[in-house]
Amino acid sequence: MPMLGQAIREAMKNPIRWLLKPFLLEVAVYAALIAIYYFLVLHFLGHSLMHIYRHDRRLYAALALGLIAGQGLLLEMLTRVLLSWIAPRTEDR
Amino acid sequence: MTFPIAGVTIAPTYLIAVGFVVGLLGGFFGVGGSFLAGPALFAAGVPMNFVVGTDLAHIVGKSIVAARKHRTLGNIDTKLGMIMVLGTIAGVESGAQLIQELKKSARIDWVVGLTFIVILLGITVFMAWESLSTLRKQRRERARGRVPKAGREHSAGAFIARAVHRISLPPHVSLPVSGIASISVWAIVLVAFIGGFFSGFLGGGAGYIRMPCLIYLLGIPTHIAVGTDLFEIIISASYGTVSHALKGNVDILIALVMHTGAAIGAQMGATLTQYFVGSRIRLAFIPLPLIGAGMMLHSLLTGHPPK
Repeated sequence: MPMLGQAIREAMKNPIRWLLKPFLLEVAVYAALIAIYYFLVLHFLGHSLMHIYRHDRRLYAALALGLIAGQGLLLEMLTRVLLSWIAPRTEDR
Repeated sequence: MTFPIAGVTIAPTYLIAVGFVVGLLGGFFGVGGSFLAGPALFAAGVPMNFVVGTDLAHIVGKSIVAARKHRTLGNIDTKLGMIMVLGTIAGVESGAQLIQELKKSARIDWVVGLTFIVILLGITVFMAWESLSTLRKQRRERARGRVPKAGREHSAGAFIARAVHRISLPPHVSLPVSGIASISVWAIVLVAFIGGFFSGFLGGGAGYIRMPCLIYLLGIPTHIAVGTDLFEIIISASYGTVSHALKGNVDILIALVMHTGAAIGAQMGATLTQYFVGSRIRLAFIPLPLIGAGMMLHSLLTGHPPK
């Protein structure tokens, strides 16, 4: 088990130092964007989704999958853009 | 924030934090992380039927983020993933059907729970032995002045994959991305079926079973196993999401909020894999099945079944 700890510590040194600064910057920008997203989208989406959930379960299932997949693609693009904007050299390493 | 579908009030920051941790683990290890997200949702007051379905929905979004990142890193074997789809879907359905049959028995929680614990402990012991043996062997070779070939992955458990590659049942395919010259399609479908079966039987993406199977049974390099496993998790979790949503067990708003934290964690986890060699990723993976086994044991002893 000491071998496990040493292996993890050795491998963690460089990436943590490299990731921490861009990560904190990314979190700050990301948090602001997500807060806007909550108020503009999720807050108003709640009532409509509840209505569909109660009256049309098939449409709700399709919407659920579409929304989470769509958000997955959208946030992937957003985090990728943020990472490349904050730390342009990130992807080159 | 109130989530009207599940009828609960949860702080979004809590969901984002849980999502971030699960996303980080998922991006790094190629697992869905349901063994952590499930209990965290339950602890926040989400009813158990919503826990399973909502967790699956959040896994879909998170795995899309992590899989896309792994694709840019060249860690997804698309040909392997497409062949696995058939076995995964058949496995998910078979696992779910078995659960329906076992529900007629009064001891279903114990049957499912003990199966889960035995399998997870077996994976833990084997992976600990294999990754430590590989690291020791690499150190010995370095001490003798032998430099390992770049891009080639070493594994003390490679003999299992070599035996699987010798299976002569046609048709055979080559997997150039994974460095495999020839392998029986049936071996791939069987591994996918096993992963899908446990996903349907135990819930979640079952990455903790599929990932070791890809590495040790098929001989897929660890980084590609992580990426390809995430690709399969998207399929099995999507199937599970639709199935649970039709039954009314998904609160998609909870999943969407949780996923905002998971997206950033998954990106970071996937990026981190570049800095670890395969044997170290496998070594660091070991606590995950142990945590899962511990949680299942706790659920059985306290009378709160996981499903």
